[in-house]
Amino acid sequence: MTPILLIEQVLNGLQSGIMLFLMAAGLTLIFGVMGLINLAHGSLYMIGAFAAAAVAGWTGSFTLALAAALAAAALAGCIIEMVVIRRLYDRDHLDQVLATFALILIFSEGTRWLFGSFPLYLDVPAALSGPVRLPGGILYPSYRLLIIVIGLLIAIGLFQLIARTRIGIQIRAGESDREMIGALGVDISRLYTIVFALGAALAGLAGALVGAIQSVQVGMGEPVLILAFVVIVIGGIGSIKGALVGALLVGLTDTLGGVLLPLFFGLFMDPSSATTIGSALASMSIYILMALVLLFRPTGLYGRA
Amino acid sequence: MTEPLLHIDGLYKAFGALQATDGVTLTLLPGEIHALIGPNGAGKSTLIKQIAGGVTPDAGRVWFKGQDVTALSTQARAQAGLGRTFQISSLAMEATVLQNAVLGALGRAGSVWRFLRPVMRDAALVAQAQAALERVGLADHAATRTAELSHGQRRLLEVAVALTLKPHAFVMDEPMAGLGASGSKRMTTFLDGLRREAPILLVEHDMDAVFALADRISVLVYGKIIATGTADEIRADPLVRTAYLGEEDVA
Amino acid sequence: MRRETILNAVLYLAMPVAAALAFAMDEPFLITLITRAAIFALAAVGLNLALGLGGLVSLGHAAFFGIGGYAMGILAHHAQTYSPMIDSWIVIEGTKSMPVIWLVAIVTSALTALAIGALSLRTSGVYFIMITLAFGQMFYYFAISWPAYGGEDGLSIYVRNSFPGLNTLDPMQFFVLVFVILSAVLWWMGRLARAPFGLALSAARQNAERVETVGLGPFRLRLVAFVISGAVTGLAGALFADLNRFVSPTMFSWQMSGEFIVFIVLGGVGRLFGPVAGAMLFVLLEYLLSPLSEFWLIYVGAILLVVVLFARGGLIGSLAGREVAHD
Repeated sequence: MTPILLIEQVLNGLQSGIMLFLMAAGLTLIFGVMGLINLAHGSLYMIGAFAAAAVAGWTGSFTLALAAALAAAALAGCIIEMVVIRRLYDRDHLDQVLATFALILIFSEGTRWLFGSFPLYLDVPAALSGPVRLPGGILYPSYRLLIIVIGLLIAIGLFQLIARTRIGIQIRAGESDREMIGALGVDISRLYTIVFALGAALAGLAGALVGAIQSVQVGMGEPVLILAFVVIVIGGIGSIKGALVGALLVGLTDTLGGVLLPLFFGLFMDPSSATTIGSALASMSIYILMALVLLFRPTGLYGRA
Repeated sequence: MTEPLLHIDGLYKAFGALQATDGVTLTLLPGEIHALIGPNGAGKSTLIKQIAGGVTPDAGRVWFKGQDVTALSTQARAQAGLGRTFQISSLAMEATVLQNAVLGALGRAGSVWRFLRPVMRDAALVAQAQAALERVGLADHAATRTAELSHGQRRLLEVAVALTLKPHAFVMDEPMAGLGASGSKRMTTFLDGLRREAPILLVEHDMDAVFALADRISVLVYGKIIATGTADEIRADPLVRTAYLGEEDVA
Repeated sequence: MRRETILNAVLYLAMPVAAALAFAMDEPFLITLITRAAIFALAAVGLNLALGLGGLVSLGHAAFFGIGGYAMGILAHHAQTYSPMIDSWIVIEGTKSMPVIWLVAIVTSALTALAIGALSLRTSGVYFIMITLAFGQMFYYFAISWPAYGGEDGLSIYVRNSFPGLNTLDPMQFFVLVFVILSAVLWWMGRLARAPFGLALSAARQNAERVETVGLGPFRLRLVAFVISGAVTGLAGALFADLNRFVSPTMFSWQMSGEFIVFIVLGGVGRLFGPVAGAMLFVLLEYLLSPLSEFWLIYVGAILLVVVLFARGGLIGSLAGREVAHD
């Protein structure tokens, strides 16, 4: 494999990792602040993608599509937080799993009912459809590069939000001591709605950005949700930094594993079995990574013991 | 001098800047009740957890029956014969009182890997459990759901479960709390007899009980043992008076 | 007799009675539907040992269901193509014999549960949920990317496997076979809950510290429960594959794991017959609602949401009262 190809794959891994981060950051925040496991986070990802595809179809504007994704997912987040999720904070994890599983069924079938079972396509804006030339003569799709940049900017913004702003202080206080922020006069239920909507918006944005590379269809959210869980297990619950490191690790392992493992087995096997074994193992690689982290650090890389 | 059954040797434990246990050494001799007293926040609970399992000390050793148990789990220490009761009741709340006691007997017998015959029809286990309930006066409540017990009764059940283990030493964290005056008196009489079966390391706030029962008393303040001695010695100790007893009414 | 006991008897008899009626009316499709409910019930009864008694919310039990299914699919595939499964220094042939297939399904899913459990039980709570879900998904992707046994398309088995003395192709006879297995497992689970192991496992759910203090290890109790639980669900997977004469990666899907939990909760958590009630209710809903709307799962979602938010005892809890048995 040429170095150029390898760098390209590393960039692809970064891109998928940074999108995973957008999912995992919301999930881990929601868990850290409210103690809630939200299976329906994948549905918010899907809602973002569908909203973007629909608005892009009507207006032809990709910017408007992204705005619609953010707005639709945040709105959906607000609504389900106020109608359903709020009743689950004091419940055990089993109830949370079931109620949010029920939400998946409702959102998935509802979307199928509205948009049909066929995938929609969200086109990459024309200005970004070509490649850019990176230092070293590497040609890389400019849209994917943009995704990496947007994701990194959001990551920086999120760290700033939590470190610097009032709401960030409240979030951190909520993670360490739930009673105390109530005592400080913070409106907890408003804080929870905001955190949930923020997480939802990040998921919706990720859905829209990825939707332009892949297809937009019902059920697109759950595989990403499960990957985001792997990210959180690796990074440690409640830690945004852990989510970032975990997401990049998972993105890179998944992408590079798919490319490198078949090549590796090709060194001492015939090509067709090398491809078979290599891709089968690659499909398991991130879970093996998760198992290794569990063996050595059961609370994740940045988790509190 | 008799060999101590339990020997805590130079324990240190810090949580961040807080030195919760600061070089604690104490012994529990066969047949004695050794009371550990100290004001709130003195580090009694942390010390108990290092002795009975749950918290690993930063330095120092815990010897039980001549064996170094510092690195052992709670489970292994229980198997070695350390019977422990908790300050905040730690019971299977949905189970009945008798089931909790049977669980203790089951733990002692170690016969948990049985998957077919109902445990409540195991005559030997149930007899041991019932005997323990009778000794603490809970026999009438055997069929009661544990969650429905009063706090004092839960404390009694804690002791009963510890009894089913037939331990070589007891570590009891405030067994009198919530018992009321008459219950407290009964428990005092009971523990008085129990020391002949196995010595008791007793953490207790009820000073009447402590001074009535204890062969020796150790006073823990800010993670340090500031004095160890008989009830009279402790009453007379000037350090103890200023550091601790001065704030409380001592009978 | 307590209301729950009566209700359990009704639930238990509902399946054979309905099957007998369907048989009398010559409706083999209905018998197959009831068999499906019984197999789902068995899978969820397996999960209920870990979830109900042990308090371990596993969202990855589809892994064991799928492994049981593929144990059947792979063995029967080799038998029907007359190709040995392993052909090197040792030769292992496929088989069409149900008892052998069941044994293999039980052993392989138990071993898998041992590995997954040993890793995931190092954690608890929400971590455990996410990890079991992730490992389940691993098997899903593996089944898709491994082409030898059909990959994404799955494996078809032309003739249902055989059981000595029975014509398993006859829907009624196959139902009876499944029902006898379900009954045996239910009987055992009822005993298990009251056995020493059950008391200790249930105590570990309520208060792990208590169990440690009497010298027992919560981790080992949970691990053994998880292994038995996975083995039962694996057996259900082998039966499910035989019912459909088909296995595919969807048996490993996370929706499958979710549905097993749904069966338990629809029926009533912590009840021996909860999974049976839930699986029957689910299959009944599917039967009644799916002709009405292509999007019938929306209604299932709504019902589930209402049950979780407002009727936490599930079906049995609503009909037999809140109190769970303690004897």
